[in-house]
Amino acid sequence: MNSMNAGVKPTKTTMMNTITQKLGPFLGLILLIVIVSVLNPSFLEPLNILNLLRQVSINALIAFGMTFVILTGGIDLSVGAILALSSALTAGMIVSGVDPILAIFIGCILGGLMGIVNGLFITKGKMAPFIVTLATMTIFRGLTLVYTGGNPITGLGENELFQLFGRGYFLGIPVPAITMMITFIVLYIVLHKTPFGRKTYAIGGNEKAALISGIKVPRVKVMIYGLSGMLAALAGAILTSRLNSAQPTAGTSYELDAIAAVVLGGTSLAGGKGRIVGTLIGALIIGTLNNGLNLLGVSSFYQMVVKGIVILFAVLLDRKK
Amino acid sequence: MQIMMENIYKAFGTNQVLTGVDFELEAGEVHALMGENGAGKSTMMNVLTGLHSRDKGTITIDGKETYFKNPKEAEQFGITFIHQELNIWPDMTVLENLFIGKELKNSFGLLRTKEMKALAKKQFDRLAVNISLDKEAGSCSVGEQQMIEIAKALMTDAKVIIMDEPTAALTEREISKLFEVIASLKKEGVSIVYISHRMEEIFTICDRITVMRDGKTVDTKAIPETNFDEVVRKMVGRELTDRFPKRNPTPGDTVLQVKGLTKKGKFEDVCFSVKAGEIVGVSGLMGAGRTEIMRAIFGLDPIDKGEIWLNGEKVTIKSPEQAVKSGIGFITEDRKDEGLILDFSIKDNMVLPTLSSFAPKGIINEKDESDFVQMLIKRLTVKTESAEIAVGKLSGGNQQKVVIAKWVGIGPKILILDEPTRGVDVGAKREIYQLMNELTDRGVAIIMVSSELPEILGMSDRILVVHEGKVTGELMKEDASQEKIMTLATGGQ
Repeated sequence: MNSMNAGVKPTKTTMMNTITQKLGPFLGLILLIVIVSVLNPSFLEPLNILNLLRQVSINALIAFGMTFVILTGGIDLSVGAILALSSALTAGMIVSGVDPILAIFIGCILGGLMGIVNGLFITKGKMAPFIVTLATMTIFRGLTLVYTGGNPITGLGENELFQLFGRGYFLGIPVPAITMMITFIVLYIVLHKTPFGRKTYAIGGNEKAALISGIKVPRVKVMIYGLSGMLAALAGAILTSRLNSAQPTAGTSYELDAIAAVVLGGTSLAGGKGRIVGTLIGALIIGTLNNGLNLLGVSSFYQMVVKGIVILFAVLLDRKK
Repeated sequence: MQIMMENIYKAFGTNQVLTGVDFELEAGEVHALMGENGAGKSTMMNVLTGLHSRDKGTITIDGKETYFKNPKEAEQFGITFIHQELNIWPDMTVLENLFIGKELKNSFGLLRTKEMKALAKKQFDRLAVNISLDKEAGSCSVGEQQMIEIAKALMTDAKVIIMDEPTAALTEREISKLFEVIASLKKEGVSIVYISHRMEEIFTICDRITVMRDGKTVDTKAIPETNFDEVVRKMVGRELTDRFPKRNPTPGDTVLQVKGLTKKGKFEDVCFSVKAGEIVGVSGLMGAGRTEIMRAIFGLDPIDKGEIWLNGEKVTIKSPEQAVKSGIGFITEDRKDEGLILDFSIKDNMVLPTLSSFAPKGIINEKDESDFVQMLIKRLTVKTESAEIAVGKLSGGNQQKVVIAKWVGIGPKILILDEPTRGVDVGAKREIYQLMNELTDRGVAIIMVSSELPEILGMSDRILVVHEGKVTGELMKEDASQEKIMTLATGGQ
């Protein structure tokens, strides 16, 4: 109402705001790294940094998918359970003699299908994402326990490629970190350079306007939940390879770490606003906290407290802007 | 109550919105406030009621300098501002809405529902409205919601009521009721500040008019001493030759044909056709089913029966996506809720329906995209320095141009415009009309739903009148008159 008809100019303050908005999470990460490395210089040792990247990769992969979901204004609570179920199925296939790499591939497809189930209930059933994924989280976790009988699946053999997937190094860099970076680049392009990415933002910005603009809202949403499931399964494959077994309780509460990474990265839970770079930084912040607190010898009980406090204050600062 | 605002200044950041405004309100007068969007009308009233603090200037009420800290304080003093965007809690009942924040409680802190109901009933009787108090406010029509707001204002014993575009969403019948209410309020000594873009209304009910332009008051005159042309001239600061630009329609082949379209409880057996290069106006009362018919054609709502033919071919349109592919554009009546993504930039809004065409190989070509957007901005004369500005920051008229640009961009064959100039100022209105004419010159078929009769009469080649879900008449431009349309719209013969 107050805008003059003669045209609006981007003012200095809004420019400053967008800069701090874009750099906020990054500055937070730098600050955190400085603090941790002052307290314990061994944090900056290359070996520890590589280790950190590997630790971060699983949460980051899940959080990438979660970014898309949250950008549409949704939420996916089932990712941890999808990770467990797809890992169990993948491990089961390997044990029964399927080529491990093929099994990982099929596992990812299955994870994607589980996500699509979420998407279909949300779009066709017109149900709230929170409710649907809360329910499927329980179902998928239950199915995992049924399938595994509550026991880990072991005896995954000695396939080198498979072991490389979670434990190996390529050119000195942990393979999970490479998987994470490749996935990040692909998803960055999808989100910022393709119509699909724009549609993701548009749905979160104003779903009605997106629909009326001829965007196939249900289809885009189903695909996004499918993507989220698939990335959870990919993270699961890394975990399975690293542990050389599939655990029925794997991935428990991973959804919360993923949501935390997305939120720390500055993405709005209301949808329509946020960036996947932020999510990568958010995952790195959580990773640095875990890694740093371990190095500093802080007990895991206190670690949880610190993590929670950091999330609260990060989001509080974001609100202040 | 008598109010004097003198030499008021107000800036938001570097944006100087009010630059020395004077405004004077007598007790018991209806004072019109006119000006283009962004002229500073709402800001001035917000300064008066304490939502914004003034940078400079004095406000005198009944001879005493008075400044309010917030709208609540102003309300307690007897000055109520009914905003254009209504403050309705849709999931609460009408009664709860009426008493929100000022509920009557007994000594135990429990609600005195009976008394509140009686009070509410009294106000509704005074306004001669008949709305159930137990109904959810969200299920009331916009007109009813408007009445709820007015009743709310009256219950605070308002001496001054400021109404911002009160009739934008009302039907003719509701408008005439509102006018009766205003007349009776006036007799009781209540003053009204009436902000509106509708000239006819202002000349019907107002005593005086103040015109604002670019943050200044241009002039204040008694209504009998001025006329339409003078007001418009003062508002835009230049001559507007006439409100509806001339055009020479040359209708071509029939593009759209609707046969027996039916949706139970909404509309029934709707038949009409539109030719290329033709503007068909759709008139009717609010709630007659006009918007519903358009939504069905656009594939937003399913139909029970009926056929849609495009260029002589029968089609089924099940989703907006199909409609867009068939070359249909839909400018909805509620641009904030359905037309725009307010946080998104002008560019991102404009390319929404055409995204895929910029990415033949999957990746969006940003140069093509921004060239396209620049072209549309120029063509629709959207006033902005950059395509990256969030549309939420633009004025109503410019926002509407962005919505229209979005659809001009698909190269439409049929354009449906639902209330295309609602909340749009006179200058931008004319530009929108001109653009409609340009589009029809190039063979676009236009369906224009409008509640403003002058607009229907001024722009349409043919007029369809809808009453309770049925097309009750079709008038050619030459034969149409306000009276004929109103008779058909209210179900008369």
